[in-house]
This record gives sequence, structure tokens and C-alpha cells, in this order.
Amino acid sequence: MGWKGLPLISIVTFLPVIGALIVLFIDKNEGKLIKTTGIIVTSIDFLISLIFFFAFKAYSPDFQFVEKLPWIASWGVNYYVGIDGISLFLVLLTTFLTPITILSAWKAIEEKEKEFVIFMLLLETAMLGAFVALNLVLFYVFWELMLIPMYFIIGIWGGERRIYAAVKFFIYTAVGSLLMLIAILYIYYAHYKQFGFYSFDYEDLFRVVFTFKEQLLLFAAFGLAFAIKVPMFPFHTWLPDAHVEAPTAGSVILAGILLKMGTYGFLRFAMPLFPLATRAAAPYIMALAVVGIIYGALVAMVQKDVKKLIAYSSISHLGYVMLGLFAFNLQGIQGGLLQMINHGLSTGALFLLVGVIYERRHTRLISEFGGLAKVMPWYAAVFMIVTLSSIGLPGLNGFVGEFLVLVGAYKAAFAEYLKDLHVGHFTFVVLAATGMIWGAVYMLWMYQRVFFNKLTNPKNFKLPDLNLREAVIFVLLLIFIVWIGVYPNTFLSRTEASINKTINRVMISKEAYFNRGRAMNASTIRITEVERGLIVEKVPMGEGR
Amino acid sequence: MNNIYYLWLIPFFPLVGFIINGLFGKKLPKPVIHWVANVAVWSSFTVAVIAFFDLLKVVPGQRILVDPVYRWIFTGGLAIDIKFLLDPLSAVMILVVTGVGALIHVYSIGYMHDDPSYYRYFAYLNLFIFSMSILVLASNIVLMFVGWEGVGLCSYLLIGFWFEDEEKAYAGRKAFITNRIGDFGFILGILLMLVIFKTLDFVEINKILIYHGETLSVTALTLIAIFLFIGATGKSAQIPLYVWLPDAMAGPTPVSALIHAATMVTAGVYMIGRLNLLYAHAPVAMAIVAAVAGATAFFAATMAITQNDIKKVLAYSTVSQLGYMFMAMGVGAFAAGIFHLMTHAFFKALLFLGSGSVIHAMSGIQDMRQMGGLKKYMPVTYWTFLTATLAISGIPPFAGFFSKDEIIWSSFASSRGGVVLWAIGVITAIITAFYMFRLVYMTFHGENRSPEEVKHHIHESPAVMTIPMVILAILSVIGGWVGVSPVIGKLFGVENSNIFEEFLHPVFAHAHIHFHHYSEATEWWFMAISVGGALLGILIAFYLYIKRTDLPRKIALKVWPLYKLLFNKYYVDEIYYYLFIHPIYLISLLFLWRFTDVYVIDGVGVNGSAKSVRFTSRILKYWQNGDAQVYIFSFVLGVVLVLGYLLLA
Amino acid sequence: MPYNGILIMAVILFIIGITGVMVRRNIFIMLMSIELILNAANLVFIAFARAFADPAGQVIALLSITLAAAEVGVGLGIFVAIRRTHNTVNVDEINLLKH
Repeated sequence: MGWKGLPLISIVTFLPVIGALIVLFIDKNEGKLIKTTGIIVTSIDFLISLIFFFAFKAYSPDFQFVEKLPWIASWGVNYYVGIDGISLFLVLLTTFLTPITILSAWKAIEEKEKEFVIFMLLLETAMLGAFVALNLVLFYVFWELMLIPMYFIIGIWGGERRIYAAVKFFIYTAVGSLLMLIAILYIYYAHYKQFGFYSFDYEDLFRVVFTFKEQLLLFAAFGLAFAIKVPMFPFHTWLPDAHVEAPTAGSVILAGILLKMGTYGFLRFAMPLFPLATRAAAPYIMALAVVGIIYGALVAMVQKDVKKLIAYSSISHLGYVMLGLFAFNLQGIQGGLLQMINHGLSTGALFLLVGVIYERRHTRLISEFGGLAKVMPWYAAVFMIVTLSSIGLPGLNGFVGEFLVLVGAYKAAFAEYLKDLHVGHFTFVVLAATGMIWGAVYMLWMYQRVFFNKLTNPKNFKLPDLNLREAVIFVLLLIFIVWIGVYPNTFLSRTEASINKTINRVMISKEAYFNRGRAMNASTIRITEVERGLIVEKVPMGEGR
Repeated sequence: MNNIYYLWLIPFFPLVGFIINGLFGKKLPKPVIHWVANVAVWSSFTVAVIAFFDLLKVVPGQRILVDPVYRWIFTGGLAIDIKFLLDPLSAVMILVVTGVGALIHVYSIGYMHDDPSYYRYFAYLNLFIFSMSILVLASNIVLMFVGWEGVGLCSYLLIGFWFEDEEKAYAGRKAFITNRIGDFGFILGILLMLVIFKTLDFVEINKILIYHGETLSVTALTLIAIFLFIGATGKSAQIPLYVWLPDAMAGPTPVSALIHAATMVTAGVYMIGRLNLLYAHAPVAMAIVAAVAGATAFFAATMAITQNDIKKVLAYSTVSQLGYMFMAMGVGAFAAGIFHLMTHAFFKALLFLGSGSVIHAMSGIQDMRQMGGLKKYMPVTYWTFLTATLAISGIPPFAGFFSKDEIIWSSFASSRGGVVLWAIGVITAIITAFYMFRLVYMTFHGENRSPEEVKHHIHESPAVMTIPMVILAILSVIGGWVGVSPVIGKLFGVENSNIFEEFLHPVFAHAHIHFHHYSEATEWWFMAISVGGALLGILIAFYLYIKRTDLPRKIALKVWPLYKLLFNKYYVDEIYYYLFIHPIYLISLLFLWRFTDVYVIDGVGVNGSAKSVRFTSRILKYWQNGDAQVYIFSFVLGVVLVLGYLLLA
Repeated sequence: MPYNGILIMAVILFIIGITGVMVRRNIFIMLMSIELILNAANLVFIAFARAFADPAGQVIALLSITLAAAEVGVGLGIFVAIRRTHNTVNVDEINLLKH
């Protein structure tokens, strides 16, 4: 249980709630104290979560630091949490970004600070919970719980159309989650029918065998919930509104972590639970992902508002993630996962950077700026590095992710090609690779209009450069941006085992899948990992050299 | 394969220089800044020289030294190392890069000394040397791509160095995006390579090609070669992606010399040299390279004729000379291509430095029509410039003669070449000599036509600028003597006169390109034709710009449509704008965003469903009118209906 | 079936009751009509209780009579209050539910 007897995951997950309780007792006029408390609590949380990183056994594909306690035992609802290679870095990203966002709101949020910090802390708990939950009910509870603080963060501290954006965000996501809830219940009853006892546990539900038709429907239900969250084209329109209206802190969390819930959900639940449907749907999802890449980029290009531009660029980046995940091979999924982290860092940093200028000028329109590199050289330099990371310049984090995604997609295309001379997948890769052109087009054009050219707007003549607080934020982010770019193995080595396990689950052959069901129906004995290993099909496609 | 554990120092020093100047440069005094930058790059050069001599100690057949630094990307069998490779090819290249780079660092001290962003300039310049040495020393194609994109970034930053000028910032962005279009092809090539070879390491790819080359699909190899060449057209400014290079002249002149003439733009040539075996296995791809190169060489040369901006002429000349190099690569004369790359680095860098010296003296004026007669004001610049001009025109015994003649001869003699390519080569050589001497005559000869306030400022540049020029001038003369063709060598009684080719031979030995054999007399005749062509070009220039200065105008008027076409560079920029850039922008704005996103998805889809819910409830609310009797009535009606249905069914 | 008559009686009572609720506007008449409906139901309960010799029906009938009494008590109270405040017993004029 846990780590050396300590319920480490629970500590990390619920520490923010304790922080929120502490904040509750602070006088609401003590804004700075409230924020300091929030930052200290979340920083401690981050430091504790580093134990995950160091104590993580990279070779093991299984869940680690597992905690399992009965919750509503007779219904099979357990408090069941654990971390594996897939969730490890998402958890770390969450604990890393939260203190940074609260710090970034030091000046930006000056009213209702108490509520703000409490919401941020609750949001952190919900996000962490969703990443570590291994029981579907627990997952669903955290998944829905995330909505509420976010809804208020957008709705209370947002821009002019904040109510519209918040409601849109909420309803959009809720629609998807309801379908997911129905699907979860269906799996639950199917499990009962096949095994004779109720369980919502992740590992238990894998044993359930569905017909192909059932899988398609269930995958569609899960898929819609996750696709909205990703967001995939054409379910993306809540994102620009939510981003534009949300305060900087909200945008950072939204882009940095909440969007990852969708792709994480695909990887953790939708893909391994319904392998046959996943494979059948893959070409369509890849097509949508590619459309997203190009569409997001082109629409980003014509935006007038920097924040909206970055919001649309997120759609493009998340398209890469989806493309990688649905390549079903190690490089693709690792690339997708890495791209999730990268997007969290780079786009998070971009939103923070926009926040910096918004605090000074209270506008985000590109046309209001120009020549800022002259007055704010450090700001311009940081913005440039983050921009380059976002457009995938080798040496920074974005490239490694994008490259691995393309390698994965290419290998998948090649495997398809060898199988039935199907060239459709190649088109995906070629089109996806154009993303590196579009990325440069919209980001550098925006950069030029904001930072280069002549300094003409008199309001910009005396803008102060980054202050110490902001510099600290960006140095922290840049460290990781460079680190992943220069030494991605830190990341890759720890995710490989878990991803291979997921791939094996997704790439299981039809016969093996249905035989598994038959064998287990005969004797409802829990099969061990070893036995599962026996029926696991080898990943087709030669790996590397 | 032996190890050479200090190779990483070559990129390391400039990186340190970049970090120091980038982080603290703003507060450092100018001498410290340029000392840091210069020490960094000169250290790199020293290491490169030491490495070169260490390489010479190895037996020629085994001249492959590697420096594995660490494993960069490692995932399920895909392993990409940070590993540096020194073989004769990369040795030549790294010497050129760090050597010319070091000279230009020195020159920049003089050229940039008044610039307020001095530290930024030297930081970028060091970053460039860092990226370029990564590109050159990379032992696998992904690491090469790291350098490849890195130099693109430096090019972007340095072209747009004076970013307050919108045109310059735009030129930088144009360069980066055009390069990215090429890189898109490059990355597709890398991906296909990974699938075909299962490795991305140059040495291993070569091994596979040597031992199993015949078993691999020629189509796949051709595709790889073409994809990579698309990358090369971007970086090395070939048709159709050359458009960024002329605009790139917006950057400081030393940058044009270093990046846009001597080193970065030759990366594509170097890449083909690196992968010569792959190209040798893909004859179609080589033919495409040769054809594109020939076309580029010729068209760029014609565009150079009508330009009046001194740097633009040189820019088009660079494009044209790069065409020569690619032509050599395309016909399989790899050593000749690399040879021209090297000599070109010397004389083209010198030409740019010379033009920089002129611009410096002319207080920033770049229009040749306002120059003239500068010879007497700036003798050092003039004589060095003239040396380089003679070299580029291919006049013996200057460096350019040996390399260019070898290319022109190879384009005829190679089994992959032909008489058409040869003819293009010769005609281009004539045009080259013409426009280069036009430039010299317009700038240095005749009357001075500059405005009065500029005129009395004209002065020779300081020693810090002229010394690098003199060194390059010496190299522009003797640089070619290492690759003297055997027929000439025999004349002087020297055996193995082409030591350059011999040095590079191990790298290109396995390509097995067949060259037709011709008698020495034929070779002499061909040499005479190309030299004669160059002399003819010089004569025409002399006649038009010294003797009959009124004629150029008249000729221009006579062939006005042609002149206009050339002057406007065949309207290629405009065609690209109206064919690609503008339509894509409009489609994105109007169709994708305003229509699809805002109207269809958000308007009809999302808000539409919200509206339809509101609309339905507006209708349904009339049912809920608060009259209990109506409720009861509907209730009874419902019961009757259900009962009726149950009874009848 | 000896209970046919009773059942028909119950149906007639029910129809009279429901028609009364639907068409009459006077709130008191409506209340009385509801009572009729309830009594129709009670009648059926008692009839079947006897037919099947099951006392449960009688129990339910007793229960519903008490319920009806309570309901009439509350209902009349409300109506008196409405009569006082709105000065009418016509349901058409009492459409508070709508607002």
C-alpha cells in the first residue's frame, strides 16, 4: 500500500483540500496572505509529488504507490488510486503548474482572492484525483468535480463574456460526461453479467468482453466525452471562448492540464477497454486529428487576439497528440504523451506571457502592440524561446514530441501500407507534417506584429520589463522546456513500460480477445498478468533498428 | 571506427559564448562582448585544426572518428544519439565553417561597433557557429536536423536583427517560413529513412547501402532523396524555394557573408555529400537535383544582371553558385561540389565583406548607381574584391577556376550529366563573369556618383575589417591549388595534384559514378571554352560599363519587356503571393474561421442547439398555462388515448 | 358476475366526477367532483375486497376516505383564503400557477 506504508497519493491529492480549509479560516481581506498560503501549500504538494518521480520504478508497467480502500463495497466502488508511467508526468505537471498559476495571479486577481485560491486548490485536488483514480466511479467523481471550480474561475474572474463562456464550457463538457456515465454503467453491468460480482475497478473491467457492436457504442460514448475535452475538431468551439474569457490562471490550468484529461482518458480508458472499436475508429480519429492540426493552425493564423490565437494553436497541438496516440505504437504514444506535457509547459507559458502583457496594457489585441522587443527585451526573449518550443524547434521540448508522433504515425502508416496497400495513412502523416510550416507561420507572424516592427503606440513606450516574480515563473518553465528538449530520456524511460502494456491491450487480436472471454467465462478466476502476457499479441511493425 | 573525445568542444565553445553574451551581454562593455565571442569561435577553430591533424594521422581508408556524447532519444529500439562524426568531408566543412566564421567574427568587431545591440549580435553569431557545427559534425540525420533548424533560427534572428524595420523583420520571417517548407520535406525524408533503414546513423546507413544497397526499393530511396532535396532547396536557396535569400540581405553584411554565402546555405550541398551513396542509388533523384540545379544556376544568374543593389547582385550570385554545387552533386562529382563549396566560401565571403566595407564607407548606401570610383578611396577593399571577382569568374589561377572548371567538366563527362548541363554551366559562367565585373566597374571604377554629404566620408575600413579580407583574398587565390585537375598538374610535373579529391575519396568512393573517359586534348579544349567564356563576359562588361556607359540603358530600353521581367525577378514573389499566400490567408479567414468555425460549428451547431432548446421551451410553455382544468383535460385525453391503444392493439 | 352493477356504477361516478372537474368553473363544485372520483375508486376497492375476500381493499378504502377528508379540509381552507383575497371562486380567474 502506498509508498513505504505512507498513503502518498492520497496525501498529494488531498493536501490542497487541507490547504483550502486553512485558507477558509484566514480573513478575506488578507489577500496576500491567502495567496502565499496557497502557493506554499501547492509548492509543498509539488515537492512531495517529486517522490513519485524518484521512487518510480521505470521498468515496471504496473500501477505503483497503489492504495485501495473499500468505499461502497457492495457496489464495487472502491477508493482505488495508483500511478503508472502514463499518469506520472501528468501528475507532476499538475503539481508543478498549480503553484505557478497562483503565483501568476499575484497581481492579476485582486478581488475575492479567498474564493479564488480555494477554487484553485480544489481544482488541483480534482485534477490530481482524475489522473490517479483507478476506479471508474472515483474517476467520474473527480472528472465532474473539475468542472465546478473551473466554471467559477471563468465565471467570476473572467472577461466581458465570462458567463457565456463559463456556461458553454460547462454544458459542453457535461453533455459528454453524461454519455460517459451511461457507458460506465453499461460496462459495470456487463462485468456483473460475466463475472457475477459488481466492480468498477480499472483492472477488473478489462476482463469484460464486449461484442464489436457494443464496443463501438461504448467507445463512441467515452470518445465523445474525451473528444470534447481534448478538444478535437469539430467539438472545439468552447475552447477559444473559455480561453479568451478566462483569467490568465484559468487559461493556464485549462490549457496546461484540463485539456490533457481528454487525451489521458483516451489512453487510459477508451483505447484499452475497447480495443477492437478503437482500431476500427482509428482512421477516422486520425483524420479528425489531422484536420485539427491544420484547421487549428490556419484559424489561429487569422486571429486578432493573442489569446485566441494561442487557444486555436492548442487545437492544432492536441491534434498531434491524438495522431500519436492512435498510431498504436511506442513512438507514437510516447510522442503523444510527451506532447501533452510539452503543450502543458509551452502553451501554459504562452498564456502566462500573454497574462504579463495583459496586466500591463489590459488588451490582448495584436494590433495594439508592435516593437515591444525594444522596451521589454527579456520578455521578448522569453516569448521567443517559448514560441520556438511551441513550433517545435529541435533542442527544445516541442520537437521531440512532434518528431516521435510523426515517427509513430509514419510507422503505423507503413504497417497499414504493408497490410493492404492502403495509402490513406500516408496522407495523414504528410498533412500532419505540414503542421510544422503552419506553426511557424502563425506564431512568427504574431511575434513579428507584437515584438518587432516600429514601436508606434505611445501606450507601449514605457512598459516595464519582467519583474522578479514573473522572471521566477518563466525560469522555472524554461528549465523544463530545455530539459525535455535536450534530455527527453528522463521522460521516455519512465513511460515506456506502461505504454507497452497499453499497446498490448489495444493491439490484441480478435481471436485472443474473444478467447479471453470464453476462457474466463468458464472459470471466473482472475487471470494474472503472466497469463495475460501469454495471449498478448506482439506489436506488429519492426521497432527501430 | 575510432573515438575522438574532444570533438564536442567545437560546438561547446560557441554555446558558452552565446550563453555568456545572451544572458549578461547587456551589462558587459563592448570589448568584453567581442572578446568572449571571438575567443569562443577561435577556440573552436583551433580544436577543428587539431582534430583535422588527428584525422590525417589515421590511415585514409579508416578516417572515421566519432565522439559519442550521450543518448538523446531512446524509445523502443529507436535510438538517436548526440554523437559527432569526423571524416574527411566533415573535417573540410568544419574547417571552413569555423575558419571563415572566425574571420567574420573579427570583421564584425569593426562593422558593428556602433550598434546598440552589439551583445545580441555576437550572441546570435556564436549561436550560429554552434548550430552549424552541430549540423556539420552530426553523425545522424536527426542531429543534423537539429543543426539544420538551428542555423535556420539564427538566420531568422540575424536577418531580422534590425527588427524595428518592418521590411527586415518580414525578410527574417520569410526566410524562416520558406526554410520550414523545405524542412517539411526533410522530415518526411527522415521518417521514410527510418522505416527503410531502421537506423538514422550516417555510418550505418552507408554500410547498409554498400552491402545491401541492391536489395532496397529504388522507389523508396528515390523518395527519400527527393524529400531530403526539398529540404535542401529551402536551406540552400534552390528553385522553387530560393526566394528568401535575396531578401535575407536585410541582415547585417557580415551575416550575409557568413550565413547567406559561405556556410549555412551550403548545408544542402553538404547534406547530399553526406548521403552521396543514397543519392547514387537513386538516379532519378540525382537527375532531378541536376536539373533543378542547372535551372537555378542559370535563372539566378540572369536575375543578377539587372540588380542595382550591391548585396542583391551577390545574393543572386550565391543562388547561382549554389546551383553549380548542386549540379556537381547531381552528376555525381561530389568532390568537385564540395571543392566549389570551399572555394566559394572563401571568395563569396570576401565579396560580401568587401561590399560590407563599401557600404560601411558609403554610410549605408547599397545602390551601385550611387557609387563608382571607389577604387582610389579604398584600395585594400578594391584589390581584395577584385581578387574574389576573378575567382568567382573562373579565371586561372584563382580558386574559383579550379573548382568551377571541374564542375563544368564533370557535368559533361559524367554518365549522369550531359551536354545540356555543360552548356548551361558555360553560359552561366559567361553571365557570372559579366555581372560580377559589372558590379566591380559600377562600384569601383568610373566617376563617383555619390551624394555630397556621403562623398567626403568615404574612407578605407579599419584594419580589423581589412585583415580578414586580406586573409580571405589569399585563400581565394591559393585555395584552389589543392584541387588542381590532373591535366594541369602534369603540366607542372606534379603527380596527384588533386589532393583535395584524394582526401575526400574515402567518403565518396562507394558511390561508383561512372565518368566517361576523354583524351587530355578534349579536356584542354573544354577548359579553354569555359575560361574563354569567362573572359568574354568580362569583355562585355568592360565594353558596356567602362567604354560605352550609355549603352546599357539603350539595350535595356530595346528589350524592355525582358529587362522588366528580369528586373522584377520573373515576378516569382508576386506569383507566390497571389497563388499561395493570399488565397491561404483568405480561405483561413473567410471560409475556415468566419464561415466554418463561427457560423457553422458555433453558430448553427452549438448555439443553434442551445437556441432550439430555448425555442422548444418557448412553445411548450403555452401548455403550462396555470389552468388546472387544462391539465386535467390533457391528462384524461392521455388516459383515453393509452386505453384506446391498449384495447385496439 | 354480481359485481358488474357496482363497477358500472363506479365508472359512471368517475365519469361524472372527471367531467365536473373539467368543465365546471366553480372551485367548490370542482372539489366536490374530485370527491366523486375518489368515491368511485373507493367503491371499486370495496367491491373487489368483497369479491376476493381480501380485507386489504377495505383498508385502502378507509385510508382514502381519511385522506379525502384531510384533503377537503386543506382544500376548503385554501379556497376560503382565495375567496377572501381574490374575491372569486372562478378558476379561470385564479391562474397563479402561470405566474
